[in-house]
Amino acid sequence: MAVEMEVPTQTTPEVGGMGHSVKRKEDPRFIRGAGRYIDDVVLPGMLWLDIVRSPYAHATIKGIDASAALKIPGVLAVITGADLEKAGLHWMPTLANDKQMVLPTDTVMYQSQEVAAVVATDRYTAADGVAAVVVDYEPLPVIVDPFKAMETGAQVLRPDREDRPNNHIWHWESGDRDATDRALESAAVRVSQRMHIPRIHVASIETCGCIADWDAIRGQMTLHMTSQAPHAIRTVLALVSGLPEHNIRVKTYDIGGGFGGKVPVYPGYVLAVVASLTVGKPVKWIEDRSENLQADSFARDYHIHAEMGATADGRITSLKVRTLADHGYTDAAADPSKFPAGLFNVITGSYDFPDAFVEVDGVYTNKPPGGVAYRCSFRVTEAVHAIERMVDILAHQIGKDPAQLRMENFIQPEQFPYKTPTGWEYDSGDYGKALKLAMEMIGYDDLRREQAEKRGRGELMGIGISSFTEIVGAGPSHQFDILGLKMFDSCEIRVHPTGKVLARIGVQTQGQGHETTFAQIIAEELGFPVADIKIEYGDTDTAPYGLGTYASRSTPVAGAATAMASRKIREKARHLAAHLLEANPDDLEWTNGKFSVKGSPDRSKTIQEIAFAAYTNHPQGMEAGLEAVDYYDPPNLTFPFGSYICVVDIERSTGEIKIRRFVAVDDCGNIINPMIVNGQIHGGLTMGLAPALYEQITYDENGNNLAGTFMDYLLPTAVETPAWELGKTITPSPHHPIGAKGVGESATVGAPPAIANAVVDALWHLGVRNIDIPITPPKVWAILQEKGVAT
Amino acid sequence: MDTQHVTVTVNGEAREADVEPRLLLVHLLRDVFGLTGTHIGCDTSNCGACTVHIDGESAKSCTLLALQVDGRQVKTIEGMASGADLHPLQQGFWDQHGLQCGFCTPGMIMQAAWMLERNPQPSEEEIRDGISGNLCRCTGYVNIVKAIQQASGMLSEADTAKAEAAAQVQG
Repeated sequence: MAVEMEVPTQTTPEVGGMGHSVKRKEDPRFIRGAGRYIDDVVLPGMLWLDIVRSPYAHATIKGIDASAALKIPGVLAVITGADLEKAGLHWMPTLANDKQMVLPTDTVMYQSQEVAAVVATDRYTAADGVAAVVVDYEPLPVIVDPFKAMETGAQVLRPDREDRPNNHIWHWESGDRDATDRALESAAVRVSQRMHIPRIHVASIETCGCIADWDAIRGQMTLHMTSQAPHAIRTVLALVSGLPEHNIRVKTYDIGGGFGGKVPVYPGYVLAVVASLTVGKPVKWIEDRSENLQADSFARDYHIHAEMGATADGRITSLKVRTLADHGYTDAAADPSKFPAGLFNVITGSYDFPDAFVEVDGVYTNKPPGGVAYRCSFRVTEAVHAIERMVDILAHQIGKDPAQLRMENFIQPEQFPYKTPTGWEYDSGDYGKALKLAMEMIGYDDLRREQAEKRGRGELMGIGISSFTEIVGAGPSHQFDILGLKMFDSCEIRVHPTGKVLARIGVQTQGQGHETTFAQIIAEELGFPVADIKIEYGDTDTAPYGLGTYASRSTPVAGAATAMASRKIREKARHLAAHLLEANPDDLEWTNGKFSVKGSPDRSKTIQEIAFAAYTNHPQGMEAGLEAVDYYDPPNLTFPFGSYICVVDIERSTGEIKIRRFVAVDDCGNIINPMIVNGQIHGGLTMGLAPALYEQITYDENGNNLAGTFMDYLLPTAVETPAWELGKTITPSPHHPIGAKGVGESATVGAPPAIANAVVDALWHLGVRNIDIPITPPKVWAILQEKGVAT
Repeated sequence: MDTQHVTVTVNGEAREADVEPRLLLVHLLRDVFGLTGTHIGCDTSNCGACTVHIDGESAKSCTLLALQVDGRQVKTIEGMASGADLHPLQQGFWDQHGLQCGFCTPGMIMQAAWMLERNPQPSEEEIRDGISGNLCRCTGYVNIVKAIQQASGMLSEADTAKAEAAAQVQG
């Protein structure tokens, strides 16, 4: 069962500051079907755009005949790459500073790539137009395997990149190669393993879409869209289109899940903008599920080779990791620009050892652009999978209990701040405490006894652990930018005369509950009840500039900005209170939403009284009003962590894996809203279960996507998803204003290796060392057959 | 394209429209009637975001034609609350944090309502089975199960109260 821990609070439930499970302010509209998502928005005179897509993964376009489409009543225009080329808009930059075609002029590079756009009066007519466009293709050889793409003499897929003579995009490395090699050579125990973290897709239940609305008279472009980063989109659009940035407004609505898939700029958005500029009317583009699964950016696709050295009794000494990263035909990763492999060098995980070296090579293939998020964009999931698998392999290899081996190698609480061999400075942690709690919750020792008994009877039961360390909250401006935009974030707070608050933030909720949690931060800092605080975001005309919500950065960065802006208001309030109380500001103390004179608690002014005075009775020499804005540049990243334990039973007749129990102990620092944190972990765990057991985008040798619908790409339903059991420890971040660390990604990062470790644990005695995720029944069944234990 | 006339009662209100025979029910509800609480998530009837009731039966409106509801009763999420009074499922989803982005929520509530009508006190396993045609990417289903359990309790309390009131009247 879940362990409900006491989360400390300093405010009353009515105020609802940090630590209270405040019911969400956004829910009344959602439960009534009154949410407003992009496809719910209809503008007067709006037209529809639909996209012709390539059936081939690699082909020359010999011609496009739009004449039949243009004869259909209601079809107004067909846009091709040749049309865009005239305006120089056929290519656009990716977030990783590579180039992506908006529409091709001569060659298609992956199946379902955009080839032409049809503009029509309605949804159905646009689809008729798409069906009537005739494209003459000449198929070219296809490369789907990144290892083949790297072979000498392989066809060069991106001849446009004159700086790249082959399909190798970049090489990136971190750590000390020589020292790691020496440590490995002298290690008493060496274990190595290849593993593939396959392509997966976020598949938020709402697909992507937009309405571009060009007002020629006012010279104004409004882009209504599904974006996790509206300000960045505005700036990129200004730079690419030449439209003045003050005349571009990006506006989001309720977003039906993002998980990173709504960070990039997709060709459909650009096509809608071009179409609206061309026809002078609003143009809507909404992708369908197959377009979403086949053409939007993908996550993962890392081919990893890891080698670990240790002493004979299991003290880790070194780790060396080589990785091939399949980026598809263009590098569209949403990583900070100095980090082409994201934060993959957090791969030393929760363990204290001196030598590590990591290298990653990016490769082009005939697949859609890869490298964006699946609830973790910065390659932490891949890193955690590798280290947690390797630690388990080491433990099994030397015959030591995996929990014990972890305990003996953890970075100890007194070692924080801890500098890793690849250069990160972990802020705080108590890894042993989290693992110990998880072991108590699940009854670890009893389970190991049960496993031994069952093994004696030939039954297959496994226990898997993952003690992950996350790295979130990008990030400090000296290290972190995307396309040059520094990764600070922001909050602007206005206190109205009657003591009600409007706050705007630079991040963008996609279900995380920002309207509630950011109000709770202000309630905590200023004492206004959550009910009196409105949070707005997602309109670039009104919200302060920010880099958006992904990589668990909302609370670490914009949450800090919100606390800091609140503190600026509190400081002004102190001077207003001093004026009202005829006291020295230094003689006032702040408790429970009011300033009182030290030693005379009866002489006090509430924050509401002070707010009123800011507009009605402010002292001479002080600006009227009670507002503040803060742009927060974090001094460091934050490092949430946790320990997960999974118990599986394997059905010998079918290879089916049954997750009997899954205990997740998370530590995300101080908690704003325990209910919402638990909800984030439930969802994150399910998006960890999914790639561990079910989801994978596969391609055949011709580059055909074999998982292009929800009939083939298996999202877990309520039946497959276990009843997650949660526990918490709280280790505040020492550098964050409210001690919070972020939690959205943690469980997705931490869960897959716990599941994979459990399955391998059940089969290790049969000689199984690794099974690549997703661990499907056919894979397990084949192993059971091979080992002669299938029934 | 030629149109055909469709007459349908939606949330108790008579509605009619001239539609192309190929128009999907979900587009009739959303684009023609403006009832945008019913969502589209997959086009293959896997995700259930478009779930509505037709003559009291749960149905996925993305894989039905508008013409198939001619002369029938359709209920959507917009018809679940009575004015300010939330349906127990709506209350349950709010109380138990049974939603995050909210996109699957209308379909999930419609499916759960249909399930509870047939099985007012389902076990956890029956709830999970009952909503297995509705995908949620945010919640991991844990709190959706709790929300449905809360609604089940509220509905059975309401039924008991009704029965007691009826017994008193009779007595």
